[in-house]
Amino acid sequence: MSDEYDNNKSYQAQSSEVMDGSTGSVNPDIDYVRPSEVGEQELYHPHSFIEKWVFCQDAKVIGVQYFLTAVFTGVVGLILSWLMRLQLGFPELAGFMTAEHYYQFVTMHGMIMVVYFLTALFLGGFGNYLIPLMVGARDMVFPYVNMLSFWMFFVAVAVLMASFFVPGGPTGAGWTLYPPQTILEGTPGSGMGILLMLISLSLFVIGFTMGGLNYMITILQARTRGMTLMRMPLTVWGIFTATVLAMLAFPALLVSAIMMTLDKVLQTSFFMPTILKAGEVLEYGGGSPILFQHLFWFFGHPEVYIVALPAFGIVSDLISVHARKNIFGYRMMVWAIVGIGALSFFVWAHHMYVSGMNPWFGFFFATTTLIIAVPTAMKVYNWILTLWRGNIRINVVMLWCLGFIVTFVNGGITGIFLGNVSVDVPLSDTYFVIAHFHMVMGIAPLMVIMGAVYHWFPLVAGKMLDEGLGKWHFWITFLGAYSIYFPMHYLGFIGVPRRYFEMYDSPYMTSAVGMNEFISIAAFIVGAAQFILIFNIIKTLKTGKKAEQNPWKANSLEWYTSTVPPEHGNFGDRLPVVHRWPYDFSVPGAKEDYIPQTTAPSEVIHTEVEKT
Amino acid sequence: MHAGIIFLLVIIGSILFHIFTPWYWTDIASNWKGMDDTITLTFWVGGGVFVAVCLFMIYCVFRYQHKEGRRAEYKPEDKKLEKILTWATTLGVAALLAPGLIIWNQYVNVPKNAIEVDVMAWQWGWQYRLPGKDGKLGTTQVRNIADNNPFGINPDDPFGKDDIMVESDVINLENNRPVKILLRSVDVLHNWYVPQFRAKMDAVPGTVTFYWFEPNKVGEYEVLCAEYCGVGHYAMRGGVEVQDKADYEAWLGEQETFEQLSARYEKLNVDGNKLAKK
Repeated sequence: MSDEYDNNKSYQAQSSEVMDGSTGSVNPDIDYVRPSEVGEQELYHPHSFIEKWVFCQDAKVIGVQYFLTAVFTGVVGLILSWLMRLQLGFPELAGFMTAEHYYQFVTMHGMIMVVYFLTALFLGGFGNYLIPLMVGARDMVFPYVNMLSFWMFFVAVAVLMASFFVPGGPTGAGWTLYPPQTILEGTPGSGMGILLMLISLSLFVIGFTMGGLNYMITILQARTRGMTLMRMPLTVWGIFTATVLAMLAFPALLVSAIMMTLDKVLQTSFFMPTILKAGEVLEYGGGSPILFQHLFWFFGHPEVYIVALPAFGIVSDLISVHARKNIFGYRMMVWAIVGIGALSFFVWAHHMYVSGMNPWFGFFFATTTLIIAVPTAMKVYNWILTLWRGNIRINVVMLWCLGFIVTFVNGGITGIFLGNVSVDVPLSDTYFVIAHFHMVMGIAPLMVIMGAVYHWFPLVAGKMLDEGLGKWHFWITFLGAYSIYFPMHYLGFIGVPRRYFEMYDSPYMTSAVGMNEFISIAAFIVGAAQFILIFNIIKTLKTGKKAEQNPWKANSLEWYTSTVPPEHGNFGDRLPVVHRWPYDFSVPGAKEDYIPQTTAPSEVIHTEVEKT
Repeated sequence: MHAGIIFLLVIIGSILFHIFTPWYWTDIASNWKGMDDTITLTFWVGGGVFVAVCLFMIYCVFRYQHKEGRRAEYKPEDKKLEKILTWATTLGVAALLAPGLIIWNQYVNVPKNAIEVDVMAWQWGWQYRLPGKDGKLGTTQVRNIADNNPFGINPDDPFGKDDIMVESDVINLENNRPVKILLRSVDVLHNWYVPQFRAKMDAVPGTVTFYWFEPNKVGEYEVLCAEYCGVGHYAMRGGVEVQDKADYEAWLGEQETFEQLSARYEKLNVDGNKLAKK
């Protein structure tokens, strides 16, 4: 299949472009860009409907496929959260729900949202769509593998969803899947359910590795002329670093999934000690449940940043474009992303302060965890300093960015409570933890996703989403989500533990009945508000206003494609040549308040730009 | 309405909620007041940063709203400002970390005079054992567990004979005397947690974990399982009764030792056999 090339349409490198740095402009000295070292990639163009829309090799289509599949799983996750909140807020209305059901919903909600929704959406969705466009490439470097990556993910999702329909139902072990209970009776779905979960996770990792290699190598090897690493949009930096983390972290998940499968199927004892169950000693012995926790969190903590770093990158670009101001401290932002990524491999056991591991680890992991707060805080400062003295458009995209800053700082601060080992002791395993991680890695990244959808929709679909509906969507989501998770911290202070099917028979928990009802109502409303976006998208596709090219007046390459929406190959006959970073907004002396990355210095001779 | 006003109301609402919340800590009943104090300190520092960052953001939204023709400032970097912010943040973080680590150091170093309490967890319940007159607990093994030996004490271990078996899910503790909680589990992870004591630790099958605290308020407390352990997790409760020395010792005198327990079962067996023969 892939040895068939459509030569008429493939883009042959032109000798002048390869050999000669100047592209015939007036002043070759200041406009000089190093020639590219390799010829251009030849693309396989689709010949049929199936090759164009199903088994497609165009990263943009693959991105949309990832996006839609992830959104589907996200809707499933959302419905599960509604069911959970129904049980917690109004147990009398949830008579159909047993403790088994509840724990299955908790587990599937967690796993779906973290892995199949957020990770797939940021890296598979935005990564595929934006990386080639933003670095000035025609496509990912291995388009065929990229296509396989999506279909592997699709199968992983199908296997995961199948677990709802097997005898015993899906696993109810909690998304952390801690042994021994995960594979023992007494936990729902300890038969087929957990097996399908482990298989699905393994497939996800395999599929993700195919995609991840593509993202990394495309960014490292396929950037267009002049696109130096320090001229890349922060979106690309965020996705790149997150992908490197994923490549290093997911193998830990894969091995723990394989070992647990062996413990389940072949009665090996990687994670299983001697166990007495219903008066009988099981055929296990000598394994370590804590070993699993180390492996899981060695994956699990970087996983937080696999979600957060693309969000950091994207939000930086959105804020800069809509504040009409360069991102403040670009180099600091890049090094903060890389630094946070590196540090994220040295903090995993802060999830395990009270797990029974050697308590002396606490000193080390508390210190590394709080160190990570410094580069993170620098990023926050730089976002708000980008707003300072900007020329801020308060549109829907900017609203999501502002919502992100509020929720992320809130969730970041509560992270300092939980990271600080002895403060974690009273708060761990309580609702404080739930409130913290939903705020910081649920709501905050979701704000960025929404902002990104409103920002890039004109590029993807060629039409502008409705601003009025967008504002309703934003305010209901932001205010609703904030009123779910802000009060929830205080449930944790009271001492209400996580993962309680019912919580009304202890005196200090009954005081929170009213709050639980309030939180549940807010959760129903916030969930329902997401359908405003779906409605907005359908309405816009049907009757929406046609988008002009580059409606936000941005500088980065994705807005300078040959057509809108971009076609296969992205940039028409000639790849763009990059002369500057993507943040030249409001440059003194320039006619417009933005200078595209492709503008040569000789075209804007009177400006005082920084050398980037 | 202007977006900035709504954001401002959210921040003011958050502060008011924190001041007037009816939901807050249970009254502390142990020595770990330092944990509460560190939380309070973190609240002041962290909450201050949160409010400052949000107010600055809201100020920018008001002050620098888009106007056609106006230009934003063009200043890619400010090395001095970035340096100041980095150091100020580092200092703030260190100031929060220091008390956290000091208290952790106390948490992992158990006082010498602490009395050991052996807590055994299973799906879904708790059971307790105290050392006898010799002050030492006998060694145990999961495989020894039986009706007449609920903790699986090694029958050959002389230290085990006088161990006090508490046949209840409520344990009594002496007020103002440090306790070292030894945790073991026969099946899955559990966590013996009393919110009023602040402290907790997982019970892990295959190993013995520990933590300590000093109860300082006479009263009855509820024990919760704080680590997910299957469908019965939410209902896995126990109790603690903190008593003055005299009451505690009276209670202690009523408890059975391992030796007595074994003898009782042996008698039961003998009686049972006799009955069977008749």
